[in-house]
Amino acid sequence: MYQYNKQDQTLIEERVNEFRGQTQRFLSGELGPDQFRALRLMNGLYVQTHAPMLRVAVPYGLLSSKQLRKLASVARDYDHGYCHFTTRQNVQYNWPELNRVPDLLAELATVQMHAIQTSGNCLRNTSSDHLAGICKDEIEDPRPYCEIIRQWTTLHPEFAFLPRKFKIAVSGATHDRAAVQFHDIGVYLVKNEAGEIGFRILAGGGLGRTPIIGQTVRPFLEKQHLLSYLEAILRVYNLFGRRDNKYKARIKILVKETGLEKFTAMVEKEWLRIKDEMLLSNERIEEMKAQFAPPTYDSSASNDSSFEAHLSADASFAKWVKYNTVEHKIAGYRGVYLSLKAPDSPPGDMTDKQLEAVADLADQYSFGEIRSTHRQNLVLADVKQADLFTVWQQLDSIKLATPNIGTVTDMICCPGLDFCSLANAGSIGVAKEINEALDDLDYIHDIGDIKINMSGCMNGCAHQSVGHIGILGVDKHGEEWYQITLGGSSENEAAIGERLGPSVPKDQITATITTILDVYIKQRLEDETFLETVKRVGLEPFKERVYANH
Amino acid sequence: MQIIKDRQLVENTWTFITDDSPLPEIGDITVTLVRWLADKEQLLKRSGQAGVRLNPSDQTEQLADDLSKIAVIELNFPIFGDGRLFSQARLLRSRDAYQGEIRAVGDYLPDQVFYLARVGVNAFEFSDPNHIQEALAAMNNFSVRYQASTN
Repeated sequence: MYQYNKQDQTLIEERVNEFRGQTQRFLSGELGPDQFRALRLMNGLYVQTHAPMLRVAVPYGLLSSKQLRKLASVARDYDHGYCHFTTRQNVQYNWPELNRVPDLLAELATVQMHAIQTSGNCLRNTSSDHLAGICKDEIEDPRPYCEIIRQWTTLHPEFAFLPRKFKIAVSGATHDRAAVQFHDIGVYLVKNEAGEIGFRILAGGGLGRTPIIGQTVRPFLEKQHLLSYLEAILRVYNLFGRRDNKYKARIKILVKETGLEKFTAMVEKEWLRIKDEMLLSNERIEEMKAQFAPPTYDSSASNDSSFEAHLSADASFAKWVKYNTVEHKIAGYRGVYLSLKAPDSPPGDMTDKQLEAVADLADQYSFGEIRSTHRQNLVLADVKQADLFTVWQQLDSIKLATPNIGTVTDMICCPGLDFCSLANAGSIGVAKEINEALDDLDYIHDIGDIKINMSGCMNGCAHQSVGHIGILGVDKHGEEWYQITLGGSSENEAAIGERLGPSVPKDQITATITTILDVYIKQRLEDETFLETVKRVGLEPFKERVYANH
Repeated sequence: MQIIKDRQLVENTWTFITDDSPLPEIGDITVTLVRWLADKEQLLKRSGQAGVRLNPSDQTEQLADDLSKIAVIELNFPIFGDGRLFSQARLLRSRDAYQGEIRAVGDYLPDQVFYLARVGVNAFEFSDPNHIQEALAAMNNFSVRYQASTN
């Protein structure tokens, strides 16, 4: 993975010093709350229900074991012994004290980590495919380009005060695992007719209150123009994005109101002016690629026969392999998902002990690297098949082996009313209740591939609008109610879920979800997935059952 | 009152004249873009120098033909979070090759000076004198730059 050079290290240390000064000026009353608000947000610090919440950047979801151990010690020393993985592959701490945040950041800086631009109206962490570099369907590894973008976005002097937040995702595979079409800018690595690899650039996608699918502004962009094209889009957005209403300030609204054709023309005009001054050299791309060179794989890894033996001898292991591991482009290796969705713990949360145990596993079995996924799980990307049985046993002992990846209990979930000052309704408690109701693994596996996303408010941090089942917490006269959508997807066939009907009260949400699952089981044909069934039969059969008694 | 210009403290010689005030006979003055476009000739006949104060929604293209005659362009922050002025500065320097002074005025923070300097702003006026020292210090907050810039 990318290793900081002296410059990179200096920059994050300088940012810690700057933030220390800003915090002191606020605590001494020199900086007003509004001024400090904007400055702290640009460094990932929110003020929440109980305490400040600090969001730490995990660029494109890649972590070293050393970084994971630091996250663990920070959780212990500055928080209540745990942290939370987010849908942008980042990490959040819910309990740091404001006056200690500068020290916390200084500790993170010792392992090349920071909180720069993890919130606020600026360029956010670039996210990517958690199977980058190991999946078979990859055109090219997106991570070198993610790092080039990370550096370009970091303290960009012109785009530090945008109309609203701005998120970029890059995918290099044919299967989109990074929700690229729901980003302010989405980047796909693609091959043109001549066989050259370049980028397809989308703009104007986004989730939140008004979910919109991104549209292609340039079907093919030569690699050397990546940064000039991004700069042109950002300049047009910075100048013309709406600033009169924060709910209409994202680039998706600008693209929609301007129209794709006119927006594209504005971008292209600016790009033609600057493109030759901002060329990305081949040399720089090659240098960056070298930072993400594949590890030294064992060429005899597939000679092992113990894996097959364990598979046939141990049904639980076989089940875990089926759901929580994934094919690898190198024979004899598999990618391993660590489920952060154990039935009795909040989705995406990890304790300090778990973090440290995972760091050890990564060192021993996966070249010392860990990835976070946008569905709030972790991945050990390069595990030899001969090691899978041991890895499974060890993960099981730290409650990270629930075989539910891609199933109904692998929910995306925001912190909700329990932690977040924006939320209208709880989400963690509901997730727990749904989990308890669906405690039969065979039933869960029979339901198969289904994605439930649940957000505690309209801001949609848990991407409910693209969940196969979306659950949105709303406030009704001070009570927590939930609105349900069906049929959303953030993958290749991107779709925004359709509203099922009136919202349901908290004490009926779990029953409603189980009813929806029952309808699916009755309606499905052969091995049709939930999403396919919803597409075929529409919402009617679901409505009939859910609202039967109303 | 003192301002920062090219990292030095200098005495300010410029006054902003609102649209409803008459033009003074002497002295260096800035006016709004609207007034500049309307009274350009009159402004250039005066004995003092003339400049333009831009607001975030102003289109810098409208000044393109006049830039050689304008000694100072002020970028006026109504609120510190309005980032349009950063792109305006950048365009004036890179697209229009404007060589004169670009000065930040209005409601902005010393913490933004590092960014502003990098997009081509070379003068800073603050109503709070404490901000001047903070701004001078903030210019050195970072020694690392990932992007090409105008300075």
